[in-house]
Amino acid sequence: MGMTMAEKIIAAAAGVASVKPGDIHTVELDRLMSNDGTTHLTIDMYNKLKNPRIADVNKLVWIVDHNVPCDSVKTAASHKKMRDFAKEHGIQFYEGEGVCHQVMMERHVTSGELIFGADSHTCAYGAVGAFGTGVGCTDYLYAMVTGKSWLLVPETLKFNLTGKLNDGVYARDFILSIIGMIGANGANYMAMEFGGEGLKTLNMSDRICICNLCVEAGAKTALMEVDEITLDYLKAHGREPKHSFKSDEDAVFAKVYDIDLSTIKPIVAKPHFVDSVADAKECAGTKIDEAFLGSCNNGRIEDLRVGAAIIRGKKVHPLVRFLVVPASAEVYRQALAEGIIDTFMEAGAIVMNPNCSVCWGSCQGVIGEGETLISTGTRNFKGRAGHKDSFVYLASAATVTASAVKGEIATADMV
Amino acid sequence: MDKFTGKIWVLGDDIDTDIIIPTEYLALKTVQDMAPYAFSPLRPELAGQIKEGDMIVAGKNFGCGSSREQAPEIIKALGIKCVIAKSFARIFFRNSINNGLLLIENDRLRDNVNEGDEITVTINESIEHHGNQYPITSLPQNLVDIINAGGLVKAMRKLNGLD
Amino acid sequence: MGSTIIEKIIRNNIGKEVHSGDIVTVNVDRVMIHDIFIPFVASKFEEMGFTRIWDADKAVLIYDHLVPASQVDDTRHFCIGNAFVEKYGMKNIHRADGICHQLMTEAGYVKPGDIVFGTDSHTTTYGCVGAFSSGIGYTEMASILGTGTLWIRVPETIRVNITGKLPENVMAKDIILKLIGDLGADGATYEALEFAGDTVENMTVASRMSMSNMAIEAGAKCALFTPDEKTAAYCGISLTDKEKDLVGDADARYCRVMEYRAEDFVPVMACPSNVDNVKPVSELTGKEIDQVFIGSCTNGRLEDLMAAAEVLKGKHVAPFVKLIVTPASRKIYREAAANGTMAVLAEAGAIITHPSCGLCCGRTGGILTDGETVIATNNRNFLGRMGTSRVNIYLASPRSAAACAIAGKIVSP
Repeated sequence: MGMTMAEKIIAAAAGVASVKPGDIHTVELDRLMSNDGTTHLTIDMYNKLKNPRIADVNKLVWIVDHNVPCDSVKTAASHKKMRDFAKEHGIQFYEGEGVCHQVMMERHVTSGELIFGADSHTCAYGAVGAFGTGVGCTDYLYAMVTGKSWLLVPETLKFNLTGKLNDGVYARDFILSIIGMIGANGANYMAMEFGGEGLKTLNMSDRICICNLCVEAGAKTALMEVDEITLDYLKAHGREPKHSFKSDEDAVFAKVYDIDLSTIKPIVAKPHFVDSVADAKECAGTKIDEAFLGSCNNGRIEDLRVGAAIIRGKKVHPLVRFLVVPASAEVYRQALAEGIIDTFMEAGAIVMNPNCSVCWGSCQGVIGEGETLISTGTRNFKGRAGHKDSFVYLASAATVTASAVKGEIATADMV
Repeated sequence: MDKFTGKIWVLGDDIDTDIIIPTEYLALKTVQDMAPYAFSPLRPELAGQIKEGDMIVAGKNFGCGSSREQAPEIIKALGIKCVIAKSFARIFFRNSINNGLLLIENDRLRDNVNEGDEITVTINESIEHHGNQYPITSLPQNLVDIINAGGLVKAMRKLNGLD
Repeated sequence: MGSTIIEKIIRNNIGKEVHSGDIVTVNVDRVMIHDIFIPFVASKFEEMGFTRIWDADKAVLIYDHLVPASQVDDTRHFCIGNAFVEKYGMKNIHRADGICHQLMTEAGYVKPGDIVFGTDSHTTTYGCVGAFSSGIGYTEMASILGTGTLWIRVPETIRVNITGKLPENVMAKDIILKLIGDLGADGATYEALEFAGDTVENMTVASRMSMSNMAIEAGAKCALFTPDEKTAAYCGISLTDKEKDLVGDADARYCRVMEYRAEDFVPVMACPSNVDNVKPVSELTGKEIDQVFIGSCTNGRLEDLMAAAEVLKGKHVAPFVKLIVTPASRKIYREAAANGTMAVLAEAGAIITHPSCGLCCGRTGGILTDGETVIATNNRNFLGRMGTSRVNIYLASPRSAAACAIAGKIVSP
């Protein structure tokens, strides 16, 4: 019987010929990412171990991205703990370089790898055909000490894509539509795999955006077939694929969906669930206080270009705080060189240094009581962006930017 | 003549406004919310120990730094009757007068007292400590007017015919 | 007998001769309120019973300490500010354009000879264009909004003469730090500082601004520079005879005169945790650091960023050290982006934030913890100002700060 991409990666990592959904295997991990959200807790647990050791320090990547620059004495202490530990053990360490998943994509991840990240959006790495999955700090610690972990082989939901997104419709609209369709737990414990001719029309930025958000449908991981676009991306970043797996013709999927990309429309996810989706036009006119263009989901150069094209020559609405936050230092430098940073600055936006910002919600950019945010971030849970009584809408870079200009939810054709 | 006795808390030179109330707490809604954090960088326990009617005796340049008026308001909210220092910073001085917090300049008292001592203040006259008298100079008339009005807000209310 | 600059400004304002020690009521030309204090100004203003601002066009509201908001209740200040502006017909409001003191001069709100008050101690900054400006509390601000006037005591003046050419590695920041060290943190309390001499005449308005900004750290009420052609160009005006006359007269009465030779200055730092604890950088070298902050109303201007970029060009910030750059205004950010300064800083590994008060006001922007050391270009190193009370803050010029960022320790620029 054939295997899916997820099964093939697990089989390779477990050193066995084949696996099937429901099996539990001990796997060798290729990489272990952790950020300042939880690393201090991992360190505390590590220091309590009897004979603490790191199996392979070269597999560890630690990234400070949630509170950059540091905004409280509490986070300052946890950053210092992380920095000191990384320094002492020679762990690859980034601070201020950008959102962890974007930094990982730019500098580390390659096709066919199995990666644990102490962050739920680690599934983003499927964009290059790597099995990335989010874990808690206990799982992370075990993997850090042993180099291994156990994994339940997931079933796979397959999405066959055909057609092409229409102008003014983005990968973000596509994945929100999918989550709306299958629900916030529609892919619990499962892998979501994307393939088909339609995939060829999506660039790497689109693919990262799609895989990144799959956890919002409950997915364990997201995977995309490795193709020319993947190989070009890896080559441009100086890397080779580890494996270029494709699901076999006779692989067994839990369910197969055929999606015509041309049917997708601009979508927003309404408060307070990611699967509470609606046609963006239906929400038009909803007053906003803040707009956020950024995050590991939509803070790449392609997203900033979309926003800049909409806002060029216009102004941010005077009563709206429009946060523009490049996903990485590399993105920032590129945007600076292209004049995009200046376009946003001229329009009156608040351009922040690369960091998680209000997507993380416990840092600079928080919203207050009764306020409404429209965001390209990953989540719109109640209280996610600040005050417990506030409202978050999720949308594409285009819809967010148009809304920032209008002062209320609007699509790009409305400004 | 107004006269009162109380226990003193003794502080050093250059007690700045960030020590009196760190910026971190400045956006709390009320002065009462901020008061527990008074003096926290220097002596985190102090705000909880101060009792109504206590006084502060400090060195030179008390209240230097920012214009934050929460500084005198919080000291007043803690129940401090007056601050006696070798000298006061300018903005803090104005802010205190405007809020009716009594400030007394005296360059000798600080070096002759211990924390917990009792002193007696006779307004516009002298401070008494362990039988020693420390004379007080009186304030310019325009400041006395503001204090007599009960602070600047009350003075302005009077101006606007409200009280 | 002649007059000092401050005596002339006050005389011109009230129309009669004044001398230090006089208590007078002045007519206020402009006021500045920032986001931290607007809720208090608004409530005091209404409690006082005022129903209109004496001249709404003379009031400026600036959001800078809380931009972007870092605590959930911060945006409440914006709501209150927006409502106040709407209710009383104010037009001058900046919601995310940079630090108040930078904007007050840069956006043309302050002119030579003006009398300006702000709800911030560093309001002394506007002396860089020959304005009498000083910080006040929110209660007095509320009363000015209602009456347009404020009582002041005409201050004595300390005259500071600086002549000669500064060494290459010395910036205006080193001068003002040295002066504060010499005066002490209360050395100019209730007094005005007046700067003169060919060294300050040759300075840019931006450099003068670094000096007037920090005058409060010696307790000064204000710090004044004579307006000149550079001032006129900066303010976009041509100087009137009255403005040109804002010079300290030879026979004016000064309470103290201090003389400095520019050639004698060396790079200095203010050591923890008082601004007057000033030492030459050469005595501090080798101390390991964790972070560098270049920004603030003291040193977040284009020339400061360019001085840092000159040092950082082609180099990189030391491993495990952070360099945080916070430009003082949107305009400066854009100019630095346009002339390539931002690219140099970004290549060197700087974390470049949106223009705001940032770390200087200690609410965000690079907070530190016990045992950490920061080299910062702002104006205060008070205990607990940037995190816990066990953080070591050294104040320095942008050039010195940039050199330290590369080395990961204190080095001479």
